[in-house]
Amino acid sequence: MLLEVEGMTLAYGNITAVRGVSIAIPEGSLVALVGANGAGKSSTLNAISGLLPISGGAIRFEGQSIGRLKPHEITRRGIVQVPEGRRIFGRLSVEENLLMGAFSRKDHAAIAEDRDRMFELFPRLKERRRQVAGTLSGGEQQMVATARGLMARPRVLLMDEPSMGLAPLVVEQVFETIQSINAAGTTVLLVEQNALMALEIADHAYVMEHGEIVLDGAGPALARDERVIAIYLG
Amino acid sequence: MSTLVERSAAGETVASWTSDFRRGVGAGLGGALVAAYLGAVGLLLMMNDRPVVAGMVTLAQVALGGIALVAGVLAQRRARHGAQPALWTSPLAGLVAALVVLAFANLILAVNLRSIFIALTPPLARLISFGQVKSLGGAGLFVAAAMVLALAGGLLQRAPRSLRRLILPAVTTVLVAGVFQDFIKVILQSNPVFRSVASWFYGWDGLSPRGALTVFAIALVLAAIPRVARGRAAAPRTGVARFAPALVLLVALILVPLAGGPYVAQVFLLVGLYVLMGMGLNLELGLAGLLDLGFVAFFATGAYVTALLTADSPLALASYTMIPSLSFWAAMPLAVLAAVAVGILFGVPVLGVRGDYLAVATLGLGEIVRIVVLSDAAAPVLGGAQGILQIPKPTLGGFEFSGPVSLFYLTLVAAGFAAYCAWRLERSRLGRAWIALREDEDVAQAMGINLVQCKLLAYAFGAAFAGLAGSIFAVMVNSVFPSSFQLLMSINVLALIVVGGLGSLPGVALGALVLIGLPEALREFGEFRYLFYGVALILTMRLMPDGLWPARRSRRAPVLVEPEGEGTALGANRA
Ligand SMILES: Nc1ncnc2c1ncn2[C@@H]1O[C@H](COP(=O)(O)OP(=O)(O)OP(=O)(O)O)[C@@H](O)[C@H]1O
Ligand SMILES: [Mg+2]
Repeated sequence: MLLEVEGMTLAYGNITAVRGVSIAIPEGSLVALVGANGAGKSSTLNAISGLLPISGGAIRFEGQSIGRLKPHEITRRGIVQVPEGRRIFGRLSVEENLLMGAFSRKDHAAIAEDRDRMFELFPRLKERRRQVAGTLSGGEQQMVATARGLMARPRVLLMDEPSMGLAPLVVEQVFETIQSINAAGTTVLLVEQNALMALEIADHAYVMEHGEIVLDGAGPALARDERVIAIYLG
Repeated sequence: MSTLVERSAAGETVASWTSDFRRGVGAGLGGALVAAYLGAVGLLLMMNDRPVVAGMVTLAQVALGGIALVAGVLAQRRARHGAQPALWTSPLAGLVAALVVLAFANLILAVNLRSIFIALTPPLARLISFGQVKSLGGAGLFVAAAMVLALAGGLLQRAPRSLRRLILPAVTTVLVAGVFQDFIKVILQSNPVFRSVASWFYGWDGLSPRGALTVFAIALVLAAIPRVARGRAAAPRTGVARFAPALVLLVALILVPLAGGPYVAQVFLLVGLYVLMGMGLNLELGLAGLLDLGFVAFFATGAYVTALLTADSPLALASYTMIPSLSFWAAMPLAVLAAVAVGILFGVPVLGVRGDYLAVATLGLGEIVRIVVLSDAAAPVLGGAQGILQIPKPTLGGFEFSGPVSLFYLTLVAAGFAAYCAWRLERSRLGRAWIALREDEDVAQAMGINLVQCKLLAYAFGAAFAGLAGSIFAVMVNSVFPSSFQLLMSINVLALIVVGGLGSLPGVALGALVLIGLPEALREFGEFRYLFYGVALILTMRLMPDGLWPARRSRRAPVLVEPEGEGTALGANRA
């Protein structure tokens, strides 16, 4: 198992947001985590990234516990989050945002190569490479956030609602991009409100409710599961 | 409400007529109020002692005329979604302002108000009405003049931007040439060539009328040249042209103190020290977004370490330890290192503190440093309130940096070196990390930025610059006292980088010149200098929120232009 969350519990003060959650993510897979608003999905990702201290359980990367590491140390091991709501660096240019993504890398030639690859993947960004990222449209900002995450050459990419606030056509493009990233060898943990779409492309998926995992299984199978449909379409 | 009004054409004209009327009266009343206020606090009488053009116009009269002009400008300003007010609103504003000022002047003459405001005297009444209170004809002339000025203001507001950009700098230059004539004359007197030039512009009693006209004409031409040149080659400014303003600023900084003698050099020396500190705080606040009101602590550290290592006093380390007495050149790097150490110590307790709380926490830390220095416990080492005396001037191969002029050049070299470091830092990986940190701390960490290291480095670099300034300050005044290191100093540094433009290097120099240099040149106004200071702060923040010289990465810059960038995509967009 590349990344493993085991019996993890998270609390904000004395409010427990996540209770005994276990998630297993094999190398090269695309795993989805879906659930209603406030289920605890973002909290789970933040805990994996080290931005939130865990109050119980363990997080292991390649068998080693990373639950006590600082955020930048976790990033250096190859676990990178594309946060919810984009959160690009508004005053840096598009290109500088991408370079920030590669902050912990030292291989300058490869960084420049990756940047050009990102501009191939998102030609819109190439046109606007010197534009201050805060002035981009919502969809363009999501492209920056995704490209910035990829610039870290992550082993595991944690994506928090990459389709939020995007037009349906753009959502499809984003999902295609995620699939192609995954096909190129990056392990992906995808959190989505757009549950059915996420389940369709996921190798394995977990359904979260009130801070607990209530269901899990192969993605496309879950998409047809009556209980899931009841939650999301009922 | 406005949509309702737009229903009928007749209703619309009535509405616009009344709103224009209100606008004109409002602008006039506002102008009169400002004039009355300046008079009541006594500032106008004081300004009347400073001629702008000899025998013709004093600063007070310029201010009064300026008020009428600005009232006319404001009357013409369109409301946020409104139409352009009619032109007659401007003279209306002038009329209202003049009538109110006349009434005020008569009130002063009729009623003794001196028990409330000591400045409300007959001379003031004559001053604000230009001596025209007595006769009806005179009053008519006064009102007419105010209306003409206000109309001129209104026309200026309506004039094309390019015309305004020619006239305003020219008028400003004449004002500067007049108001700062003592300062300028000192510089011009320094050598015979200048002296003969000076006699054209300045008589024994100040800027002559022909001098004022010449200055106006020269400034007009100078302001026109870049426009004409740019009109011809309608390309984005490149190379030399881009750096020309900075170059002019630099040359002025280098030459003016040399020509101006000790007093001018002293002012510039002070400006230089603030520039050094400003560049330091700019790294902390402008890049990393760490608000620091305890900045003076680093400056004090630099000064005290220099004193302890070099002074010829019983408190010097050399007199009671094995440490030898050092020269300034050996002590300065140590002072900078000590400031860096204090910067890091300073940063540790406030690592997790953000935003407003950070301002308060650093304010506390800065005060702690000052109080520790003042305390009895530290007195045997640091001298308490008596401070450390007898700090020798630096010498270099027989040359002593004894006067302000030589010390200014020392500061200039230090500032140049510091500016280069700051410039490199901003474009470095660390600089980008600081900016990212300011934008979003959590995400910056998730990008792999070490929060603790990054913040402490910001404090360390900021402190280094301030320590260097403190070291030079110590040899400048030959002594260090705790009372030299007040909170006001931190606030000054903060204000000057905000006014200059957060994150902008030339902005720091400009801000220091305006906020530190100008008040020095306005010494005769005493406490009123802080009024100018306050007005300058408010005006720049209202009119130029990004500062006098906005940073490349200012709030509203949509595109970052790199000097060496390939810029193909950008060029295509522009075309
Ligand atoms: N900083 C915080 N302090 C207190 N409670 C918090 C904090 N952050 C999140 N919570 C709570 O924790 C719970 C889980 O939040 P989380 O952001 O993980 O939900 P989510 O599954 O990502 O929801 P969404 O789909 O709406 O983004 C919510 O009830 C939320 O109110
Ligand atoms: Mg969420």
